[in-house]
Amino acid sequence: MNWITNYVRPRINSIFSRREVPENLWSKCDECGTMLFHRELRDNQNVCTNCGHHMAITPRERFAAMFDGSVFNEIDVPEPIHDPLQFRDQKKYPDRMKAAQKKTGERDAMLVAEGEIGALPIVAAAQDFSFMGGSMGMYVGNAIIAGAERAVATGKPFVLFSAAGGARMQEGILSLMQMPRTTVAVEMVKEAGLPYVVVLTHPTTGGVTASYAMLGDVHISEPNALIGFAGARVIEQTIREKLPEGFQRAEYLLDHGMLDRVTPRTEMREELITILRMLMNQPPAIKGNLPAPEAPEAAPVAEAAVTAPEAEPKP
Amino acid sequence: MHYLEFEKPLAEIEGKAEELRAMGVANEEMDVDKEARALDKKASELLRELYTDLTPWRKCLVARHPDRPHCKDYIEALFTEYTPLAGDRNFADDHAVMGGLARFNDEPVVVIGQEKGSDTKSRIERNFGMARPEGYRKAIRLMDLADRFNIPVITLVDTPGAYPGKGAEERGQSEAIARSTEKCLKIGVPLVSVVIGEGGSGGAVAFATANKLAMLEHSVYSVISPEGCASILWKDAEKMREAAEALRLTAQDLKELGVADRIIREPVGGAQRDREAAIEAVGKAIAGMLDPLRKKDRDALIKQRRDKFLKLGARGLAA
Repeated sequence: MNWITNYVRPRINSIFSRREVPENLWSKCDECGTMLFHRELRDNQNVCTNCGHHMAITPRERFAAMFDGSVFNEIDVPEPIHDPLQFRDQKKYPDRMKAAQKKTGERDAMLVAEGEIGALPIVAAAQDFSFMGGSMGMYVGNAIIAGAERAVATGKPFVLFSAAGGARMQEGILSLMQMPRTTVAVEMVKEAGLPYVVVLTHPTTGGVTASYAMLGDVHISEPNALIGFAGARVIEQTIREKLPEGFQRAEYLLDHGMLDRVTPRTEMREELITILRMLMNQPPAIKGNLPAPEAPEAAPVAEAAVTAPEAEPKP
Repeated sequence: MHYLEFEKPLAEIEGKAEELRAMGVANEEMDVDKEARALDKKASELLRELYTDLTPWRKCLVARHPDRPHCKDYIEALFTEYTPLAGDRNFADDHAVMGGLARFNDEPVVVIGQEKGSDTKSRIERNFGMARPEGYRKAIRLMDLADRFNIPVITLVDTPGAYPGKGAEERGQSEAIARSTEKCLKIGVPLVSVVIGEGGSGGAVAFATANKLAMLEHSVYSVISPEGCASILWKDAEKMREAAEALRLTAQDLKELGVADRIIREPVGGAQRDREAAIEAVGKAIAGMLDPLRKKDRDALIKQRRDKFLKLGARGLAA
């Protein structure tokens, strides 16, 4: 320690830090470190334009990019009872919930909506990893059931984007019971003769993988997504050996026969349209200028609520 | 007898009584009988005391007690003509999962369960009751068999969880569990399940998604082990007592939540102290759950099972 480290370096640092741009305009790619301008990143659905790394995307942003004209109708999810076990660890569960709701602006870790992709009407559900790690509790279970019921009632395919660490421990056994509950939901869609397509995104692990995420008619994953049942650390401790490079990554699962395809996010919409149209026995999608979809019938949801919150206001 | 940590005071008294009796045998002129009987009485009082209101963590310890009757013991005692059927027809036979055809009260059934093993050799062979994908796929195959021939399925749940291994992941552990749960929901025959020890997370769900679920008085069924929960939420695996408390994983709590349909009373001091009595009680409970289901047709059985799970979560627990 001398005066250079104690005095000069902080001064130099403070000069440089002052020149940093506001945080919300630029984000750094977690993988290659490239600084990405927010608009460019949003247009590319949070995929790094330099290295192709897939960063997290909220359900709303995903839906805005996927549905025709960014138009979708949210499907109501029955509210479950709150804090059924009066769970308390270092924090109270309701406090954790409030913090997550404040952070994300969402009620819980899943958003369900209907709309059209390539003029094909679908029901879609997307899990929100930024909401308590996307964890599957009663709300997520209710959301999947609501989505499945809507798909069956309207004869639409059901597309589910998974992203979760696993079950929500704060709901104890009731979170575990979402495994059979969501399996019933998947069954309903399948029995109605409708496609159930799962898009596994980073990360999808634990009880989520061991239920609805692995029961799709078609399994597509985003590149490099972590997908598995047990955590890598637990496995290493159990078998006392290092795990191979790329273990539990999408490409690894593709090699081991657990996935149908690994597809970049930017190509996902087109791919879903292609697959779903074939499964629904529809003619090929008309590429080119699609007419803007009509306003959905029961459309109490305003445009502003429908598009991603960060989206620019429409002129 | 293997004593659990909280049973130490009991071990001391029982040890003393035993010593005293040994002394009595060695010196015939000593009259130890009265004193030994007094100690016995004290021991049984203490045992009763220890086992009323066991804390959730102590219940976990009892549920994992190595001397508790395991799947194999129940199958041997409660079933006749047990004919093990092996293999998943894909990769291997998983010894953590026992299963096959058998007769229960003379009627044919398919029985499936996780077996932990009872000594070092068998524990290793059984992989401590932690199934790999092959185990779940064997269960799926056996449930299909039962469904095809209209035979009820009885599952016995006793697992720390699905095996966390490299090969297990590569061969689709999560897919196998998901398919097994799905199969449980799909079969048009009665499916009754008993948690005889540890119901460890997804590995248990794959077997316990039943028309009726019973739990032994001191068994547990949880989304995660208390140790695992403590290390994630408390960042300290030693906080397992708090985690066990918070998770509400006891048979009593699960009954109140509607996850378990009935609780099977255990002998005083747990199933490990009177294995025959525990096994008999489980047999009675299985018969009690199975008989009314036999009268239902396929669609009614499937519907009852689905509705049960769809409705779960309508009520919570008080603090």
